[in-house]
Amino acid sequence: MAGLNTAEATKIKNIEIPPRISELRRFLRVFLGRGLVVFGAVIILIFVIAAIFAPLIAPYDPYVTDYGYSLSQPSWKHLLGTDAPGRDTLSRLIYGARTSLLVGCVVVAISSIIGMSLGLIAGYFGGWIYTIIMRLIDTLMCFPMILLALLIAALLGGGLKNVIIALSFALMPSYARLMCGQVLSVKTNDYVLAERSIGASNFRIMLRHVLPNCFPPLIVQMTLMLGSTILAEAGLSFLGIGIMPPTPAWGSMVNDGRQYLLTNPILSFAPGLAIMLTVYAFNMIGDGLRDALDPRLRGVL
Amino acid sequence: MVTFIIRRLIQSAIVLILVTILVFLALRLLPGDPVRMYLTSNSMQELSEEQIEAVRREFGLNKPLVMQYFEWIGGVVRGDLGISILTRVPVAQEIARRVPITLYIGIISFIIGLILGIPAGVIGAVRRGTWIDSLITTLANIGITIPVFWLGILLIYFLGLYLKLLPVMGYTSPFTDFWMSIKQIIMPVICLALFPIAGNARQARSSMLEVMRQDYIRTAWAKGLRERAIIMRHALKNGLIPIVTLSGMGVGTILGGSVFVETVFAIPGMGRLAVTSVLNQDYPYVQAITLIISIMVLLSNLLVDIAYGWLDPRIRYE
Repeated sequence: MAGLNTAEATKIKNIEIPPRISELRRFLRVFLGRGLVVFGAVIILIFVIAAIFAPLIAPYDPYVTDYGYSLSQPSWKHLLGTDAPGRDTLSRLIYGARTSLLVGCVVVAISSIIGMSLGLIAGYFGGWIYTIIMRLIDTLMCFPMILLALLIAALLGGGLKNVIIALSFALMPSYARLMCGQVLSVKTNDYVLAERSIGASNFRIMLRHVLPNCFPPLIVQMTLMLGSTILAEAGLSFLGIGIMPPTPAWGSMVNDGRQYLLTNPILSFAPGLAIMLTVYAFNMIGDGLRDALDPRLRGVL
Repeated sequence: MVTFIIRRLIQSAIVLILVTILVFLALRLLPGDPVRMYLTSNSMQELSEEQIEAVRREFGLNKPLVMQYFEWIGGVVRGDLGISILTRVPVAQEIARRVPITLYIGIISFIIGLILGIPAGVIGAVRRGTWIDSLITTLANIGITIPVFWLGILLIYFLGLYLKLLPVMGYTSPFTDFWMSIKQIIMPVICLALFPIAGNARQARSSMLEVMRQDYIRTAWAKGLRERAIIMRHALKNGLIPIVTLSGMGVGTILGGSVFVETVFAIPGMGRLAVTSVLNQDYPYVQAITLIISIMVLLSNLLVDIAYGWLDPRIRYE
């Protein structure tokens, strides 16, 4: 510092230094900046707590029938009333969160891993590998997603495991397509070329360099897909092809309540509202994540 | 442009052939047997293996898969979709009766989705940040999350049972009783149109916001054009291109939604048939329905691509 006089030193000090906001702080500020995102996060928190601690929170056993209380109206004893076999609606609603969360998470995990791997391979290698994989994906995508899931679930015969298989299969193509598009644009970057010129293997380039740079839109996609998956599972269960009674699932609860619409509308209304709030919350969080991770994705996802 | 269309047609044809093969294989290789389902639904006692074999032979299910496939495709080309294993009704006849019902409700919903959705989104973008924008955004976000089947039940309860304004369910052809038909499809159309309305509004809003930031729009403001001219003549043209893609995808969404709407409102359309035939594993029906649905989706994708190529000439030469 010998060469610098005080005037010069203060000048250097006064050079505008960009405020040191860490990446995480910036992310949280944008992410939590919108009220709706916070609202969504609170709903998800309640949903996850209800799912995990269902046995502690639920006032009754969701499977125990009590014909003495068949179709009772909401009261202090049964806050949301009871269904035809006298099971407590609130307890079944809380246990239903378990089913939704389980199906949602497992399906998103399986479908994203398979879909992203296919998209990564297709986009990275190109050529005939690309043609084969992406034609298959196109083929799967020309069914409406819910019909594809319906077909597979019906052929496999319903139940938790088969619903997960059916939905994973039906949702996988959208990840593959998104991933493939991402890879096609990322792999033209110079750092991929540089990595190849120093002799890195394809495997290493794909996993260490291409994959991480494709990630932001896929994270957003996964959050939004959690909502769609829960909605699709409810749809299948509503049609009687998904989760089978007596396992509590929101979709089949809406369907069961349909016959008592005149006398006990709450049997259908309550689980439907639960589905809607959960899906809404995941969508809001997805939108928030998109804006916080990469605002350029607005309108794309 | 013609080469572009021909190339897309060939691609669609290939995908369609792949669809038929995939559905055919899935039906036969996944567990489940339509013959046993048919026999157990018709007779209480256990049948001998020979009797089961006889029914299997009747429907040609004992032949090698490749032969079965080509016999089916041969029939499809001649307009013969086979005979239902469960009801023994010619599939083509039943489908021809049901497809118009689904299309009638579906097309009305699709059009309403465009008419209400796009202007809502454009207004939201133009009046960004005002109360009307917040209202539109909030409603659109709710609209894409309501489960279709639940909305149907809510409507039945409030409009049908409580206010007694509309018939609760059922379907009448508009040619038999026009007013009854209109009354009966109001609720199904609301259910089916809500998602397209909300989706189109969201997309229109975000792509209009994108366009309004462009330099040429600023130029238009700078040279003193009226707001109306800027929006109608300059912004809308480019802003609506992404809507074309979204409406193309909307066809699939509406077809998927019709499964629920037809179940809730007891409408004898294709969606309802899809559920029952899939549950009964009635192969000829399932094959025919998947074929028709994929043709509809492929056709709409093709139209979207052509529209895109026309709106944005860069796409044609990719």
